[in-house]
Amino acid sequence: MSVHDVPRGAAAPAASGRRSRGTALVRLATRHPVGALGAAVVATLVLVAAFAGYLSPVDPNAQVGARLSPPSVDHLLGLDQLGRDVLSRLIFGARVSLLVSATSVGLSLLVGGGLGLIAGYHGGAADQGIMRAMDLMFTVPSFVLAIALTGILGPSLPNVIVAIAIVTTPTIARVARAPALTVRETEFVSNARAAGAGDLRILWRHVLPNVAGPIIVQVTACIADAILIEAGLSFLGLGVQPPYASWGNMLGTGRSYIGLATGLSVFPGAAIMLAVLGFNFAGDGLRDMLDPRWRRT
Amino acid sequence: MRAFLARRLIATVATGLAVSVLVFLLIRLAPGDAVTMWIGQEGTMTPEVRDTLRKMFGLSDPVAVQYLHWLGDAARGDLGYSFRSRLPVVALLGTALPVTLELAALAMLLAIVTALPLGVFSAVKHGTPADATARLLGLLGFSMPSFWLAVLMILASATYFKWLPALIYVGLAKNPIENLKQMLMPAVSLGLPLMAVLMRMTRSTMLDVLGQDYVRTARAKGAGESAVLARHALKNALIPVVTVMGIQLGRLLGGAVIIEQIFGVPGVGTALVAAITQRDYPMVQATVLALGLLFIAVQFFVDISYAAIDPRVRYG
Repeated sequence: MSVHDVPRGAAAPAASGRRSRGTALVRLATRHPVGALGAAVVATLVLVAAFAGYLSPVDPNAQVGARLSPPSVDHLLGLDQLGRDVLSRLIFGARVSLLVSATSVGLSLLVGGGLGLIAGYHGGAADQGIMRAMDLMFTVPSFVLAIALTGILGPSLPNVIVAIAIVTTPTIARVARAPALTVRETEFVSNARAAGAGDLRILWRHVLPNVAGPIIVQVTACIADAILIEAGLSFLGLGVQPPYASWGNMLGTGRSYIGLATGLSVFPGAAIMLAVLGFNFAGDGLRDMLDPRWRRT
Repeated sequence: MRAFLARRLIATVATGLAVSVLVFLLIRLAPGDAVTMWIGQEGTMTPEVRDTLRKMFGLSDPVAVQYLHWLGDAARGDLGYSFRSRLPVVALLGTALPVTLELAALAMLLAIVTALPLGVFSAVKHGTPADATARLLGLLGFSMPSFWLAVLMILASATYFKWLPALIYVGLAKNPIENLKQMLMPAVSLGLPLMAVLMRMTRSTMLDVLGQDYVRTARAKGAGESAVLARHALKNALIPVVTVMGIQLGRLLGGAVIIEQIFGVPGVGTALVAAITQRDYPMVQATVLALGLLFIAVQFFVDISYAAIDPRVRYG
């Protein structure tokens, strides 16, 4: 992110007015197929999660046939160890996965983004205090911290969300801080201050739009991480509790039947990977799109 | 070099203290204190007894004092006793830690020895179908959850080779061959995502470096292609790769927790999950502390390797 591009985004938001949003999408698809693929995967997942009730063939928690039935015309991905439809459970699992990752990253965006902005914009003691507290959380591998947190708070959906939010907060704070630090030294911020704008107004109107790009890219990476952490926790039985379907707990219980029903180990894992891949790819595309070097060419 | 080492060592000790603060605070998030937990296990007691016990165990002291007491004990090798087995936590850790260390080292080794050649190959052949394939594998590997890979490997091995790793763990010292056979699948499943990241990074930094003037100079003075690649290009390309490795280590250690569980490897991760499900708080505290310290210890070695690769770091 170059500082030279900053005034354009902040003071004159219509800088790219000549090109419409539609052509931008086409450009993304041709220039960055990987990013476009990621965006398509994410969009599909969001739709599947939103319309899970309409899309799933049967009730995900109902026993609809013989246990461990292989895939058939009636049940495309087969039935699990309790005779529940795997496809329906995967569809509802998408909802759980996205719900958990979106709320947890939303929380960390609010808290981490806010703390990072304040730290970068104010500097001094506030900066030191906030960032050292954030550093504290980088000292332990994030998945280990997440396990310990859910274990201690007790395995439940809200606690999983809180744990993931806590682990992803420092990353977002760090990403938000750096540009805020640069922006506060720019002329348009001191001009705004000279014009009598208060701190909150400056943060909201002038700093936030300029740090939004890197934060958005980081958010996609955090969502991918959150999906992995949720899946890992549920795999270990510490996350989403049965009977509710989550890709992680489906894989965790399914692997005990590996010799009897292969699909139970294959499909949920594929869903996790697809989701993580989608967000990673989409993040790649966003990073390039927001990069001024790429925008100009 | 000595000054650099000293600086890094001091920073590492400071980080180690930070881990201890975090781990100490973590357990205080649990509902109730040690005494109420004890009541949960041993039956009821009168409020007077409870208060006496709190005083006896120092639980009525300020948090900072409690932390210093705990830290002092920890420094002397006393992390308390497991609620479950009633054995000293440090003794339990002593058997688990080397296992995790071996697993992590194997996974890292596998990742490095495959990622570097593949990354260099991909950069040298950039634009060819071979490069495209390597890049695609890199992208896929990056998003692959290691625990799913582990499950798939078990599945493939059982289906095609009719062979499964024995689930009764054999120590490295006891029977190295049997041990390595057992560790192969866990190490591969853990190492592959790391390999993917390292390969992508090696490829992109190699591409940058290969366009530099000093590489052209090296070629111009008649250095052979392999010498140019290894001595001039790769050595300079390695620095960002090492940085990425330091960042990815956390993911590797986190993944190890699940991988150990899947393959029945009795490491720190297995101990952590068991401690969590049994609400064995001293064990939870000790295992998180061990994994945190392991994490920063490896990061310390990553920092040192910077100095080995890049003289600017040594003298800067």
